[in-house]
Amino acid sequence: MNGYNFAYLDEQTKRMIRRALLKAVAIPGYQVPFGGREMPMPYGWGTGGVQVTASILGADDILKVIDQGADDTTNAVSIRHFFQRVAGVETTTATTAADVIQTRHRIPETPLRAGQILVFQVPIPEPLRFIEPSEQETRLMHALEEYGVMHVKLYEDIARYGHIATTYAYPVKVDERYVMDPSPIPKFDNPKLDGNPALMLFGAGREKRLYAIPPYTRVESLDFEDHPFEIQRWEHACALCGSDHSYLDEVITDDQGGRMFVCSDTDYCQSRRGEVA
Amino acid sequence: MKKPVLERPVLLDVQGITRLYGPAKGCEAIDFQLHAGEVLGIVGESGSGKSTLLRVLAGLEAPDAGRVVYRRSSGEPEAARSDVHEPDTARRGGTQALGGDPQANAEAELDLYAIGEARRRALLRLEWGLVHQNPRDGLRMGVSAGANIGERLMAQGQRHYGQLRATGQAWMGQVELDPGRIDDAPRTFSGGMQQRLQIARTLVTRPRLVFMDEPTGGLDVSVQARLLDMLRTLVRSLGLSVVLVTHDLAVARLLAHRLMVMRRGQVVETGLTDQILDDPQHEYTQLLVSSVLTP
Ligand SMILES: Nc1ncnc2c1ncn2[C@@H]1O[C@H](COP(=O)(O)OP(=O)(O)O)[C@@H](O)[C@H]1O
Ligand SMILES: [Mg+2]
Ligand SMILES: [Zn+2]
Repeated sequence: MNGYNFAYLDEQTKRMIRRALLKAVAIPGYQVPFGGREMPMPYGWGTGGVQVTASILGADDILKVIDQGADDTTNAVSIRHFFQRVAGVETTTATTAADVIQTRHRIPETPLRAGQILVFQVPIPEPLRFIEPSEQETRLMHALEEYGVMHVKLYEDIARYGHIATTYAYPVKVDERYVMDPSPIPKFDNPKLDGNPALMLFGAGREKRLYAIPPYTRVESLDFEDHPFEIQRWEHACALCGSDHSYLDEVITDDQGGRMFVCSDTDYCQSRRGEVA
Repeated sequence: MKKPVLERPVLLDVQGITRLYGPAKGCEAIDFQLHAGEVLGIVGESGSGKSTLLRVLAGLEAPDAGRVVYRRSSGEPEAARSDVHEPDTARRGGTQALGGDPQANAEAELDLYAIGEARRRALLRLEWGLVHQNPRDGLRMGVSAGANIGERLMAQGQRHYGQLRATGQAWMGQVELDPGRIDDAPRTFSGGMQQRLQIARTLVTRPRLVFMDEPTGGLDVSVQARLLDMLRTLVRSLGLSVVLVTHDLAVARLLAHRLMVMRRGQVVETGLTDQILDDPQHEYTQLLVSSVLTP
């Protein structure tokens, strides 16, 4: 930890981020601006999530980092190593053993429990950005609950494709108030946002925004009465563990175009196979 | 032309509105009342301040002085509007956004620039409508005709795709567009068709009060005539209350019950449309009517 404060960030910055997080928790789904810091990694690596994790991590916490559901991608490995080095915390790949889980693109299949914190890396925090480039205007739209355009987008999906074609970053309404971008998780994971016992924190580094879903908060995916929200389904079970209820990735197995479907959550898949992660 | 029933309650009470960008540039000390079910035309040559006044009336630009008072309770009673399809949730959301609390909902008068921005925007979105001269300013060019017509309904809380679509098609029929083109983008429509689409998008929620700025401007004469005809039919069949800005006296004659003539930011004459056009009193109006002033 030579030359660094615990978890890299100085205490003043951590306090500032924690204050913003408290506000985010107090107003579920509301985007709180914060004075983000430069981190020793590029934005695409999830500096927003890293700053949140750095601010909430305690010396006794056990950290898990996933990317697309896997613990062993470059992004996940380097963030895990970063915190091992600058905080000296214990790390794990087991969802059940983790106190803090930093994630990009997935929510673990293993149900989270009270006391756990899930930290999301967010590229674009503003769900209204697609229609309105002005930050001032989108803040006003949130303040006034002017959310008609969110359904315009879904309407257009159905008109064009016959169904709601949005599959990632599927917009939700939090606690019947704020429309929120759940980050680019598959819509498969949206139901896990609803009433989850864990605390969920979202950090956007480039745009310097934090938001939160407190434990047991009502989170609804936007839809139409006659086109209700649906999650993705597969005709296959996981080729490795046989799971018929987890989010599957299609992987190419050889040069001859062989392919199979396997759990994207590697820890979940391994634990079902009884393997030691 | 049917004369307005002047005993109709006042819907909009405009008191001493001034918005000046420079001497005689804008509008100055404007007073008038708009009655429910009435079409008021604001005429005058280009640059006389018509659009400035309309922007102030429509809640888009705060005046330097004066008040715009909207008398909500003086329109038709709420029950008379049950033909308007609004789900319970929408009405709840709407009144919440407008009133904030039950007492405020009962409020008879809304001073447009004294209420907060939140309530003003909700009012524009839920109870009023605005038709821009350039349809591109009033349409979402990136989404289909159906999505354009459905937007205000969705903002009110409608959540049934099939119904939204059916309403969209019905309205395309009303404004004489081919309902089969409901999924087409506005940019594939001609200027006249875009204007029809904008009108459908605005009227779909049956607004209590509609503002129009040169709705037939910028269109070919033959296209204008058909659009005008359609607008007149709609205004009559829906019993709309309209403030209409136009420099075209033929448009004014066809649509407006009453006229207000503006010159250099001020009103020089008001009266029933036929009176003004057939027997103008003010010399400026006389010039205007005799077409000595080409707008
Ligand atoms: N935003 C503005 N800033 C400065 N001057 C303006 C603005 N809008 C309108 N004006 C001026 O105010 C006068 C009235 O304009 P406008 O209301 O557009 O007239 P009309 O609609 O009758 O043609 C014109 O001289 C115009 O140049
Ligand atoms: Mg004008
Ligand atoms: Zn598996």
